[in-house]
Amino acid sequence: MKTAVVVFPGSNCDRDLAVALEKVTGAKPAMVWHGESELPAGLGLIALPGGFSYGDYLRSGAMAARSPVMQAVVEAANKGTPVLGVCNGFQVLTEAGLLPGALMRNAGLNFVCRDVALKVENAQSLFTSRYDAGETIRVPVAHHDGNYFADAETLDRIESEGRVAFRYAESVNGSARNIAGVLNDAGNVLGMMPHPERKIEAAHGGDDGRRLFEGLLELVAA
Amino acid sequence: MKLRIFVTLKPGVLDPQGKAIHKALDGLGFAGVNDVRAGKLIEMDVADGTDDAAIDAMCRKLIANTVIENFRIEKVAA
Repeated sequence: MKTAVVVFPGSNCDRDLAVALEKVTGAKPAMVWHGESELPAGLGLIALPGGFSYGDYLRSGAMAARSPVMQAVVEAANKGTPVLGVCNGFQVLTEAGLLPGALMRNAGLNFVCRDVALKVENAQSLFTSRYDAGETIRVPVAHHDGNYFADAETLDRIESEGRVAFRYAESVNGSARNIAGVLNDAGNVLGMMPHPERKIEAAHGGDDGRRLFEGLLELVAA
Repeated sequence: MKLRIFVTLKPGVLDPQGKAIHKALDGLGFAGVNDVRAGKLIEMDVADGTDDAAIDAMCRKLIANTVIENFRIEKVAA
């Protein structure tokens, strides 16, 4: 499976994602600079990494969402290419309008950096097929703006459509309904604050994140 | 033409920063603070004659995130 990692000025988890993707798919991802207006052809996954793109100026992810490469990402997403946004990547996807809601400053105002327990809410998506529904996994978070917000109507809609992929087992940042990861309506775009790429082998203290990439590889390659 | 654009959180959207400011004011001993909401002020200088629709579009596309924020545009008299 061919993959790409988009790199914005201020991204800092792009290499973590690249390592995880290479370990799982066996091929190095293309690293695509934010100023590019085209993506490589035939991608099975576009990944938007964590970090502090454009220094979080204006709002987290706001500037990155308007960078040249994002037009190509939006087009690819609308054509069905899988897109994964982790942490700052999730913020970029909401700012770009590919996912509903917004990520605000953590309710406790603290930067939260630790492993958290996540409940897998939807185990039938492109990204979660290797998990069991209701399973609890442990994956790290490291963010200041992870407080998911959407109006009640939107929350009800995404819940009823099975678009909450992951939920925090307990409150981490004040997120509405403890939502940690959200799918788009077509199911090919996932945004999540926790970092699956930082939990892919024993040396990371666990490999609960690895199955996200393995499931994707299996379904996309099929 | 000079503009001042006020970006504020929508009513009902939790504002942790406003809450922290409120607490700090209480801590400093200022009595009678009922509520604090933090927002942003963006000052812009645009070409004279820039139409209102274009300014509105700038606010909707970038300056405010209308999922969580409202904006108000004020034209500053020269």
